[in-house]
Amino acid sequence: MEQGIMNLETLWFVLIAVLWTGFFFLEGFDFGVGILLPFIGKDDEERRVMINTIGPTWDGNEVWLLTAGGAMFAAFPIWYATMFSGFYLALFLILIALIVRGVAFEYRSKHPSSEWRIAWDGAIFFGSLLPALLFGVAFGNLVRGLEIDAAGEYVGGFWALLNPYSLVMGITSLVLFTLHGALFLSLKAKGVIYDRAVEVAKPLSIAATVVLAVAMVWSYVQADSGVVPGLLPIAAVALLGVVIWLAYSKLFAWAFVFTGLTIVTVVAAIFIGMYPNVMTSTIDPAYSLTVFNASSTTMTLQIMSIVALIFVPIVLVYQSWSYWVFRKRVGPEDVKTPTH
Amino acid sequence: MEDLALLLARWQFGIVTVYHWLFVPITLGITWMVAIMETTWLHTKNPVYLRMTKFWGKLMLINFAIGVVTGIVQEFQFGMNWSTYSRFVGDIFGAPLAIEALLAFFIESTFLGLWIFGWKKLKPTVHVLTIWIVAFGTMASAFWILVAGSWMQYPVGYVLNPETGRAEMDNFLEIITSKMVWAQFPHTIFVGFATAGSLILGVSAWHLMKRQHLEVMRKSAAFASVALLVGSLGVALTGHWLGQVMVEVQPMKMAAAEALWEDEQPAAFSLFAVGDKENNRNAINMSIPRGLSLLSCNNLDCEVRGINSLQAEMVENHGPGDYIPNLFVTYWGFRLMVGAGSLMILIGALGVWFYLRGTLAKHRWFLLLALWGGIAAGFVGNATGWIFTELGRQPWVVYEVLLTKGTNSPTVPASWVWISLIGFSVLYAILAVPAVYLFVKFAKAGPGEENSNDDVAASMIY
Repeated sequence: MEQGIMNLETLWFVLIAVLWTGFFFLEGFDFGVGILLPFIGKDDEERRVMINTIGPTWDGNEVWLLTAGGAMFAAFPIWYATMFSGFYLALFLILIALIVRGVAFEYRSKHPSSEWRIAWDGAIFFGSLLPALLFGVAFGNLVRGLEIDAAGEYVGGFWALLNPYSLVMGITSLVLFTLHGALFLSLKAKGVIYDRAVEVAKPLSIAATVVLAVAMVWSYVQADSGVVPGLLPIAAVALLGVVIWLAYSKLFAWAFVFTGLTIVTVVAAIFIGMYPNVMTSTIDPAYSLTVFNASSTTMTLQIMSIVALIFVPIVLVYQSWSYWVFRKRVGPEDVKTPTH
Repeated sequence: MEDLALLLARWQFGIVTVYHWLFVPITLGITWMVAIMETTWLHTKNPVYLRMTKFWGKLMLINFAIGVVTGIVQEFQFGMNWSTYSRFVGDIFGAPLAIEALLAFFIESTFLGLWIFGWKKLKPTVHVLTIWIVAFGTMASAFWILVAGSWMQYPVGYVLNPETGRAEMDNFLEIITSKMVWAQFPHTIFVGFATAGSLILGVSAWHLMKRQHLEVMRKSAAFASVALLVGSLGVALTGHWLGQVMVEVQPMKMAAAEALWEDEQPAAFSLFAVGDKENNRNAINMSIPRGLSLLSCNNLDCEVRGINSLQAEMVENHGPGDYIPNLFVTYWGFRLMVGAGSLMILIGALGVWFYLRGTLAKHRWFLLLALWGGIAAGFVGNATGWIFTELGRQPWVVYEVLLTKGTNSPTVPASWVWISLIGFSVLYAILAVPAVYLFVKFAKAGPGEENSNDDVAASMIY
């Protein structure tokens, strides 16, 4: 069995980490905007301003999740099979949330009734809150290790996933994404939504730093990790600490960059900490799924590598272009016209 | 209780996939039609085409939203409900799914966002390009998911690895160029045109009956009639071709579709049969002599194999077992599919004929038929077509390679599947209410009075 890191299995492990990073970075602020919707959008017009800041791009951001899932299936089918069946009920809840949230964005403004819009606002709020929490819980469990048996199946049941450590990871992702969303609004909204977003970003930056510090210390204590993975969690907390300073210095654009860097660093820490395992067994380390025993064949990995190396850069180009097209801030005058 | 979990997982897969498949064919066709409308607006500067673009574009979006979100379930549930299957086929089956996300989903979502929100921000020539790119994206999506689905129907380009017990990719090119893919893919694309055509024609017919928005609706009805006729004729031709591929690679499915128990030469096409499964024969069967020979091999004399000899052959090759799919569903699913398709050809042909004679808006019976019959035929044809294809493959999940039984997730108990089965079914039923409500509301409201791209912008955003 290969042991170095210059192999296709490791390349795909890195690519999957990149896809999850892209998802958490981009959809992270979409979730944040959705979570903040009832708190800083006081009336229909204000909430429309908020929703339209992410309107053109949220769906493209969500595709990072679908691509991450598809890439896991293609490159590590054993990982995909064990994780998706093991996290069954959690993924069911995430799917329900993503479904109602996606429909809500499209349908909310197509009917003027206030009951209609309040109902869809609820769908956006819960549909953002639940995944923001549960993805953290899921990754917490990947870090912590799971009851993987000799057949490579997760046999721990549903409730074992809701352990204290993973719940802290869930709260961390929830608060971090909410902060990320508030800072995104500081870049994309104007008027009263901008004012409230920057006000809420300040205390959120402190809260996020505290929960992330707790989560990282806890991770460090429970994992017998060496010095190298230990540096990344420290860096993540430090980056988020900088966000506090930036937010209180009113440097919100930089603060957004630094919450983004924090997300990148946390995901990197999680994946580097796991490697070469993809699902660590708490029953017997020998049962763990690794990038080598869970992967597809070399041929499939080669074909997928060619496809990814051609198309990932193209996706990045046109997605960036779409952000450029919609770079202007959204204000009440942009949503005032009657809908029909 | 293992079998209960399997049964529930199968019901869930069927329900969420058929539901998803009610919306997706509309998307496949309507994006092209909206792209053509917007292109015509740019060329002619006739605001009627802009109003058409906006009106049908809105209905497209209401449909698109449900298609997109229900698609997420599709990608996740292979791992959630079918982990044994996923482990077995992942080396082959995962690749087209990942490629679909990377090549198609990103394009569709990003450029649809640009189209919805870009009416004021993009130059009109760039704006129209975005919807064309979405249209190509939907085709790419259809292609890659059909590569995956076709491999289950007709596995090629793989080897079974005795060491890992998994199917492994041997020849990617063979997988994406398999004759099953290239029969299913055009069949599906024509289905999209036919379905979207029947929907647009049906809605236009309602307005023409009410004698309102005549300019937009006459043009829409004419355009939709052409799409419906071309689409449904294409569906029939590619369906005939697909049927012949099936006779060759999955003779059991075609024998089941025909309730053909014994080998026949020449074979008759059954119109109405009542099966007698205990005695392996039909109790009643009305048929057209030589019809099935003609359909199966384009001549009146060839032999078509029957269920009994195919079953015996399967037992010989794969050991004892019942290799006959559910005959009632395959037989009647096939007939409903063909019947719905035939009705669509008829409506499309009448629409084009009346349009050429300038009397499209005059025949009330035709408008009623287009409204109720055409739209219903689209949904019925698509649902039964999918059910026939997938149930006709049973008891195999990968034809003659892997049986469906035992491929569900061993760690997912029936109680979990009950939760998700009921959860998705209830949620999907609830979501149908606002979807249909909005669709009917906007369809009835009719087009507006827009004269420039800027006039459309405000009504498109969230």
